[in-house]
Amino acid sequence: METIERPKTSAGAATDAMAVLAAARAAAATVVDPEIPTISITDLGVLRDVRLGADGVVEIDITPTYFGCPAMRLIALEVEAAVERAGLGRPRVQLVLAPAWTTDWITDEGRAALLAAGIAPPPPAASRRSLFSEGAAVKCPRCGSLDTETISEFGSTACKALHRCRACSEPFHAFKCL
Amino acid sequence: MTTIAVAETPLVLALLRLADTCLVHSHRLAEWCGHAPMIEEDLALANLALDLLGQARALYAYAAEVEGRGRTEDDLAYLRDAPQFRNLLIAELPRGDFAFTILRVFLLSAHAHPFWQATVRSTDARLAAIAAKAEKEAAYHLRHSGEWTVRLGDGTEESRRRVLAAIDALWPYTGELFELDEVDRTLLADGVLPDPAAIRPAWEATVARVFGEALLPRPADGWLQTGGRCGRHTEHLGHLLAVMQHLQRAYPGLSW
Repeated sequence: METIERPKTSAGAATDAMAVLAAARAAAATVVDPEIPTISITDLGVLRDVRLGADGVVEIDITPTYFGCPAMRLIALEVEAAVERAGLGRPRVQLVLAPAWTTDWITDEGRAALLAAGIAPPPPAASRRSLFSEGAAVKCPRCGSLDTETISEFGSTACKALHRCRACSEPFHAFKCL
Repeated sequence: MTTIAVAETPLVLALLRLADTCLVHSHRLAEWCGHAPMIEEDLALANLALDLLGQARALYAYAAEVEGRGRTEDDLAYLRDAPQFRNLLIAELPRGDFAFTILRVFLLSAHAHPFWQATVRSTDARLAAIAAKAEKEAAYHLRHSGEWTVRLGDGTEESRRRVLAAIDALWPYTGELFELDEVDRTLLADGVLPDPAAIRPAWEATVARVFGEALLPRPADGWLQTGGRCGRHTEHLGHLLAVMQHLQRAYPGLSW
């Protein structure tokens, strides 16, 4: 039996491509940072680009926050899995370095998600302090006081520092400004 | 036992020198994991090690691509012997005490910070991208080690004695930071690497400022040790590699 293939108009192909792209974006956006599972990689600014390759394969660019971040491999795998689960085939996920990620890539939604998780969001990178000067006060994510101190600039993950609130006495994590 | 011979074009060699210094220093810092004087410092030293390991990986991956023989970052890290390593000697010295460890991070990151800042303007786009990230990490390393240097130098009699001994031990190895050989000149002419002479004033200024605050003397340069960048190492590197490369040597090709 002969199958009659309906010829695709170019407009139809473009619509399909846009639908695939939108579905791929939505799928990739469901991936969260494994270390801070309340923030998506979109809001973290780790997801840089989702596009369709010439061969119709979904191509996704992600960027590391810190070079040594051990979560990057897992994030890449989860992006791959999310796109495949959405029925869009196996995407090509690649790591891009430029432009370098800074904390300014975190969206307002991402900052709110950090705060809700008890992690003080970073100040704008423009306020990155000069080498040996005191940094701007970090607001306590619990009580909102600015009367806080740094315990250590290095915390449980590469991207977080340890602070303590003098007002409510709670220790807390702050996202490091990069 | 498999040992690879890397085709060291000027760019590959320059990348290996940077990557090997990051990796070997990272290994020395990681040796502190579980041994640091307090939990915050344990985390800090492990974080520094992780940053340097990440930088090394990016540099090795690029070196392997440039070499173009299908090797990976792992091949470069695990399948070369000590004479093929190109790291600065200062990075491979045994970890010593806490003062020694901190001062080494300080002397190296006081160089790395302006070095990566300048390399952001490299004509090599990939190296420039690596530099843009490494520069931000180096700033954290420099601040952390600089603050500790002040605390140790202007601290107790004991901490001061230890950091003074560290200066004596480490200073002869600082000359290598500013060496310039034919390979460097080629890359300098092409705008790939910055001129060490242009990095030196920033390094000197940071050392003068921190040592000044720490009440520590900057020694005269005197005789300076050299050799690491050409593969002539101290006896310590072989022992470090024996630990670091053990798994790949015992079970070639093993993967997790």
